[in-house]
Amino acid sequence: MSVAALRDSTSIPRTFREPSALPGFGLTFGFAVSYLSLIVLLPLAVLLAKAGGLGLDGIWKVATTPRVLAALEVSFFISAAAALVNAIFGSIAAWVLVRYEFPGKRLLDAAIDLPFALPTAVAGIALAALYATNGWVGSLFAPWGIKIAFTPWGILIALIFIGMPFVVRTIQPVLQDLDRDVEEASATLGATRAQTVFRVVVPSLLPALLTGVALAFARAVGEYGSVIFIAGNMPFVSEIAPLLIVTKLEEFDYAGAAAIAAVMLAISFLALLAINGLQVYSRRRLGHA
Amino acid sequence: MRDGVLTESRPVRWTLLALAVGFLALFLVLPLAAVFAEALRRGAGTFLGSFADPDTQAATYLTLLVAAIAVPLNLVFGISAAWAVAKFEFPGKSLLITLIDLPFSVSPVVSGLVYVLLFGAKGWLGPLLDDWDFKIVFAVPGIVLATIFVTFPFIARELIPLMQEQGTAEEEAALTLGASGFRTFLTVTLPNVRWALLYGVLLCNARAMGEFGAVSVVSGHIRGLTNTMPLQVEILYNEYNFVGAFAVSTLLAGLALVTLGAKSFLEWRYGDGLARNHRH
Repeated sequence: MSVAALRDSTSIPRTFREPSALPGFGLTFGFAVSYLSLIVLLPLAVLLAKAGGLGLDGIWKVATTPRVLAALEVSFFISAAAALVNAIFGSIAAWVLVRYEFPGKRLLDAAIDLPFALPTAVAGIALAALYATNGWVGSLFAPWGIKIAFTPWGILIALIFIGMPFVVRTIQPVLQDLDRDVEEASATLGATRAQTVFRVVVPSLLPALLTGVALAFARAVGEYGSVIFIAGNMPFVSEIAPLLIVTKLEEFDYAGAAAIAAVMLAISFLALLAINGLQVYSRRRLGHA
Repeated sequence: MRDGVLTESRPVRWTLLALAVGFLALFLVLPLAAVFAEALRRGAGTFLGSFADPDTQAATYLTLLVAAIAVPLNLVFGISAAWAVAKFEFPGKSLLITLIDLPFSVSPVVSGLVYVLLFGAKGWLGPLLDDWDFKIVFAVPGIVLATIFVTFPFIARELIPLMQEQGTAEEEAALTLGASGFRTFLTVTLPNVRWALLYGVLLCNARAMGEFGAVSVVSGHIRGLTNTMPLQVEILYNEYNFVGAFAVSTLLAGLALVTLGAKSFLEWRYGDGLARNHRH
């Protein structure tokens, strides 16, 4: 008999939560929900209300002014490019860290989380110093007339840095849990190693890879600190959407800032939905998240 | 087993290894090395001298203060949320878990913006705060709020999956034996989750001390008053005081390295006490 049916058939009063012997639900639930509402939900609601005050056509008008459109384009296009680079090199890194043995592997594995732990401003100035024309890496490209820092390429570098751990860390556990028997079976049936990898292993990693890429993309779109130091921040060329929000705020154009923020929130919400959908799909299809 | 059946051929292995190590060296090792190299560019004397700047000292103090407020508040929230979510069944639970994770998918700039819209001079509660002569935006309370927002999910999301896995049997046994609810929590639940708790606190603290975007929007950049360490890095850098900027950065990079070290140690030594995805 289900708990609900049991409750109906006895005299246990109908409550919001299901009966439990443990105490403290009211206190902890009440505190958690109030704190969540005050710190996160209320401020976000104010943002949506502020943007909503413009009306949908008002938001559309702000979002389609040439400078905003250019910034959104820069943010989304370069974030997608960075996610793609991370999809390739992040997969290779995850593969090497799980399947191969080599000295220093533990250290390298621990270092993957550095972009999570290093404050973004520090990452930003370090990358700017490295990729400037007189920096360690930038000076290698300067003789060919290639400038990386203070151009859109600089944004790409920063967004690759910031997104990389998302891809590696979502693939790694799935690769670890992957049953080697299937690969053996594939080999036994006469597949070459390349066939086994691309037709047996990669398909089962695909949901995790897509999730990681979506996470990296979502993070990159909103990223601010590591980008602004290396971007050059030229309107229409290397100005990202979050920077434009800051500019609007400094001009006391609160409604304009809120409108851009609302557009960005809507898009990250869609990304979040896509991620959840992917996870549900992969759990159903492959039995793991 | 014969080479090439269950692993790649030697040249492929070496190529992949070289690609991975090269990529990670380029994007992880070099930036970190650059921080220390740039800080020491003019010698150890100049490096150490930059810490004597009173504005830098004030920024360090403010960063410690903000973390000392934000982390404990999020700790209390994380424990409360985890207790309610993991030990009870109620409708809307998965929605609550999604909402707790929400700050992670919001741009840092937007996290600061929401408080400016709420408490700023032209914000909803701005005039009211003006009457009371109480400043939130461009003052320390705003910095604390923005920091709480961006570090909000860290501790809760470490505790919730672990406590869900652990179930309620041990707590029920303690209660049956006559322990009070609070005692049950202290002597049964807390020891079971202590490593996950520490893990969450470490990550929360690192982000709280290093947050830039959200804090930058609400701080107003008043020297010696509302500058945290990451903001001080920006100011020094924009003034072309590169050694100063990188010197402050070495402290933040040091914090990041300590956090990473402690995190790896916890995963390696106490992996069983962490949520499943952190057990390697």
